[in-house]
Amino acid sequence: MTTNARTRTLIEESVLPPLVALVVALVAGDLLIMAYGQSPGVVWRTLLEGTWGNSYGFGQVLYKATTLTCTGLAVAVGLRAGLFNIGAEGQLAAGGFGAGLAGLLLPGGTPAVIAIPVCVFAAVAAGGAVGSVPGILRARFGAHEVIVTIMLNFIVLALLNYLVSAKLHVPETLHTPEIHAGAVPRLSAAFAAFHGSAANWTIVIVLLAAALLWWFLFRTRAGYELRAVGLQPAAAEYAGIRGGRVWFNALVTSGALAGLGGINFVLGYKHYYEDGFTGGAGFLGIAVALIGRNNPVGVVFAALFFATLSQGGLAINAMVPKQIVEVLQGIVIIAVAAAVPEVRRLLRQSVSKRKPA
Amino acid sequence: MTALLFLAQTVRIAIPYLFAAAGGAIAERAGVISLTLEGFMLGGAFGAVLGAHYTGSPWVGIITGIAAGLLLGSIHAVSSIRFKADQVVVGVAINLFAVGITRFFLQLAFESSSNSPRVAGFGSETSGGNAAAFLDNPLVWLGLAVMPVLAYVINKTRFGLRVRAVGEHPQAAASVGVPVNRVRYIAVIASGALAALGGVYLALDQHQFTDSMTAGRGFIALAAVIFGRWDPVRAGIACLLFAAAETLQIQLQAAQIIPSQFVAMIPYVLTIVAVAGVVGRSTPPTALGKTSE
Amino acid sequence: MSDTIALRLTAIDKRFGPVHANRGASLVVHAGEIHALVGENGAGKSTLMKILSGMMPVDSGTIEVGGRDVTGWTTADAIAAGVGMVHQHFMLVPTLTVAENVVLGREPVTGGRFDRARAEHDVKMLCEQSGLDVPPDRLVADLSVGEAQRVEILKLLYRGARTLLLDEPTAVLSPPEVAELWKVLRRLRDGGATVVLITHKLDEVMAVSENITVMRAGETVATMATRETSPEKIAKAMVGRDVDLAVRNDRPPATAAHGTAALEVRHLVVRGARIEKAVHDVSFSVAAGEILGIAGVEGNGQTELLEAIAGIRNVTSGTIVLGGQDITRRSVHTRGEAGLSHIPEDRHRRGLILDYSVAENLILGQQHRYTTSGLLDRDAIEQHARHCTIEYDIRPADPSLPARALSGGNQQKIVIAREMSRAFTVLLAAQPTRGVDVGAIEFIHAELRKARNNGKAVLLVSAELKEVLTLSDRIAVMYGGRLVAMFSRSEASEEVIGPFMTGAKRERVA
Repeated sequence: MTTNARTRTLIEESVLPPLVALVVALVAGDLLIMAYGQSPGVVWRTLLEGTWGNSYGFGQVLYKATTLTCTGLAVAVGLRAGLFNIGAEGQLAAGGFGAGLAGLLLPGGTPAVIAIPVCVFAAVAAGGAVGSVPGILRARFGAHEVIVTIMLNFIVLALLNYLVSAKLHVPETLHTPEIHAGAVPRLSAAFAAFHGSAANWTIVIVLLAAALLWWFLFRTRAGYELRAVGLQPAAAEYAGIRGGRVWFNALVTSGALAGLGGINFVLGYKHYYEDGFTGGAGFLGIAVALIGRNNPVGVVFAALFFATLSQGGLAINAMVPKQIVEVLQGIVIIAVAAAVPEVRRLLRQSVSKRKPA
Repeated sequence: MTALLFLAQTVRIAIPYLFAAAGGAIAERAGVISLTLEGFMLGGAFGAVLGAHYTGSPWVGIITGIAAGLLLGSIHAVSSIRFKADQVVVGVAINLFAVGITRFFLQLAFESSSNSPRVAGFGSETSGGNAAAFLDNPLVWLGLAVMPVLAYVINKTRFGLRVRAVGEHPQAAASVGVPVNRVRYIAVIASGALAALGGVYLALDQHQFTDSMTAGRGFIALAAVIFGRWDPVRAGIACLLFAAAETLQIQLQAAQIIPSQFVAMIPYVLTIVAVAGVVGRSTPPTALGKTSE
Repeated sequence: MSDTIALRLTAIDKRFGPVHANRGASLVVHAGEIHALVGENGAGKSTLMKILSGMMPVDSGTIEVGGRDVTGWTTADAIAAGVGMVHQHFMLVPTLTVAENVVLGREPVTGGRFDRARAEHDVKMLCEQSGLDVPPDRLVADLSVGEAQRVEILKLLYRGARTLLLDEPTAVLSPPEVAELWKVLRRLRDGGATVVLITHKLDEVMAVSENITVMRAGETVATMATRETSPEKIAKAMVGRDVDLAVRNDRPPATAAHGTAALEVRHLVVRGARIEKAVHDVSFSVAAGEILGIAGVEGNGQTELLEAIAGIRNVTSGTIVLGGQDITRRSVHTRGEAGLSHIPEDRHRRGLILDYSVAENLILGQQHRYTTSGLLDRDAIEQHARHCTIEYDIRPADPSLPARALSGGNQQKIVIAREMSRAFTVLLAAQPTRGVDVGAIEFIHAELRKARNNGKAVLLVSAELKEVLTLSDRIAVMYGGRLVAMFSRSEASEEVIGPFMTGAKRERVA
């Protein structure tokens, strides 16, 4: 096999699966739309117009993509170290709660330059603290992080539910009072076109985090070591890298990134913590990381894709139930997960056949 | 009398866990990760309501509920076994898919975003007051029998022996002619049907389908499987234990001694403690999650 | 032994890409004999047996079993015809009992349920008949290695095997277990079974076989009756020339001639994956400016020894001293800083990260040297990569390619370049030329000599005896986890060393 053929195979391996998944999702979507007696062409056009075709819709896409980027980055950094963090849902909620709590504790009128960093730090710290639990259990006891993070989701959500409902809620609701300080302005304050959408300046913080993560993974020694552990643990051991420490750091970083996502809703949108605000964004982060191939840049685009689907569901709700997008999300994930090993197998088969005997 | 009431309530809560945990146990013993129980249950609940609604018979509901479970189980099996997809990813995706598809068809069939109309079920809706009324439900008896039966299948039958071999050392099983993939297909698809029965029970007990009505029960069932160290009888006991904790919580709610959220955490905390090996290590089947070439 | 021919393999040819594993090999085994198939590593013994047992198709040639042409059959066909193989790596389910493992795939069923009582009874009968002693109701996980091997043989007997192929069955056994195995094999033979035993240990061959077939470089070069031959004759056939028998057992181990010991290992004991003492009380030292070669058949503790010195395997007892500093319990990183460089034996698992670029792989283990305040120094990395690709002739000379895209020889050059271009005093080189082309072999050999000439201490482990002989100043032989002999270069030859490698001779080295 020539070097060129090998390189081409590697590129095809990364490009083909998402394309296959998109085709599968489109076909499945067509069938569901037709089952509802609508024309797929019209529905898809409406979906695009309602998201990227007007500034309110686009603002909503940006808002949703902001949270999904965080949870996607969280899952991605774990997978880069060879760990599957299923706990982004709980970490996201903890981050939101941390931000909300900090905002409540700060005295009203605290200047934004102090309040916002404090609240952001609280979110990151809360998410990171949740991530440290599977981190310690994995590094110290070898407990499987998938099981621990799943179970921890329920524990964290129950704990937060208790704190809000028993201690902090506004009567008749499941949310806290409005924060006194730390609110992040909406984008509509600067660009009137976004009026009404929840898009806010959190997106800038999150894009910075994505850039920072990219820089960490590909430019720092710790990132080099983290990826080495994820790719080939035995080679990392040979190179003197301590797997346990890397696992711990990766899971804490993962939790912190998911926690960061909490500020989008709490500081940027509602200005309070509300029970259940996460709405599955943590689990969708797995899909975002998968489609984004665990690359921070890819994650941003994948988050936009899933945010578009999610917002698009609302745009087409008059024609078909918006839940069609949840079905499609599931199908896209299954299709990509199935296509990745299959495409690799087929490509390697065809390459070895091409090779002269 | 209170003790009897407590027991009745515990059993009632435990039935869906028992079905789903049975599904989880058989799939995981065969080496396939079972994060899908929640989705299977939800699919089963919706399938049951569809069948019961259109025929007026809860018995048909059981069959259509199982059919939904078989369908979802097949998706899981084909993507995990045939396509060797990551089983954790597929599990998460099937749960998302199940939420979406049941909502979509809830809208399509009943034009509602929250619940189905009332359908024929087992027992009356007010049976909560009468401790014995729920015993009219045949699914209760089936649910109580499922773990002993599964224990018999896994420990005493040829199929069970092969399931255990396939989950521990698929290459060894294949080397003596055990059809590894066929055993796994059967186990995973059966897990779909079993877990779906948990959902069927919920729906027919409540006489309707409500959006996301399984509310995390699939994960409690998975916790029971892990806490029970992948053994059907112990997993069944874990289900009863978790259900008893819930019953206790419901009864204590009025007294406000311990906040309900803390009681709800018990299964999850116990499971984490179990996998961390702090109190007796819980070791999964060796080949769990690994698809052999 | 009867005159009936049980197995006849004629003109077997098998290629794996460029490797010609079997070149017209032929084998005749009589019914009811124990037949030893011997040869050095890579002589093609395992391939021949895999072809016979139906695991691999043959390129050309014919296989006859009991007079019937069975060329091209499958494992299932082979088992049905009573031919079964015991592999080096056991195929047992640890969480099942002995009886369950034996009957798996052919379970006795009564009224729909698995008849455990009958399974245990059948296995017990089989144990009694064959003399293989294992309790049928024990979990396989609780068995010793020797017992597990008996279960493998029981599996074949349960399926009615009359012809047993055993691939290096003693590699994982302790001496008493080996003796027990011989007893069982003899009893099976007396009961009419035919046994083919793959081994390269001549003491075993002499102890247990009736006839011997020797393989060399894919060919079957000699067949002889054990009674009429000697280890010397077998060794000669294995290596292809006359063997010097007059090994002077009383020779004191050669001492380091070139300066002080750069690496010293004292009474080292290391645990292996399956054996308690994979490295058993090993002591030696390597001086600056010398290459100490460790010869030996693979699996005799060399891997564990090198991993222990490198710091990636725990030491049970003993000490490792590097440049006067005790590094027995130090981290990999500290050892590297103290001057240890390591070419690991498995480049695909340890030596390289295949999805990393050539440039990234060239700093693996050295990453802290290419870092400024936590940041990778990309200029330095690139410069290093450019330097290495030219200096070590890594092709293609594009450091941004993933290592996966390079050929085996060029991948190994990455490892060599990385480990040679750093500051070091002691180099561990494990199987440095495995799976690389001839050009790369010469290049790697030249590099190892250059290191020695520059005053480095080199510890070389290789399964290629020729390689050890060409490169080393002193040669130690490892067998069964121990160093069994030590020679200076002038004393050593394939003929002298061969008997030690195969356990035909031993001499304790202090």
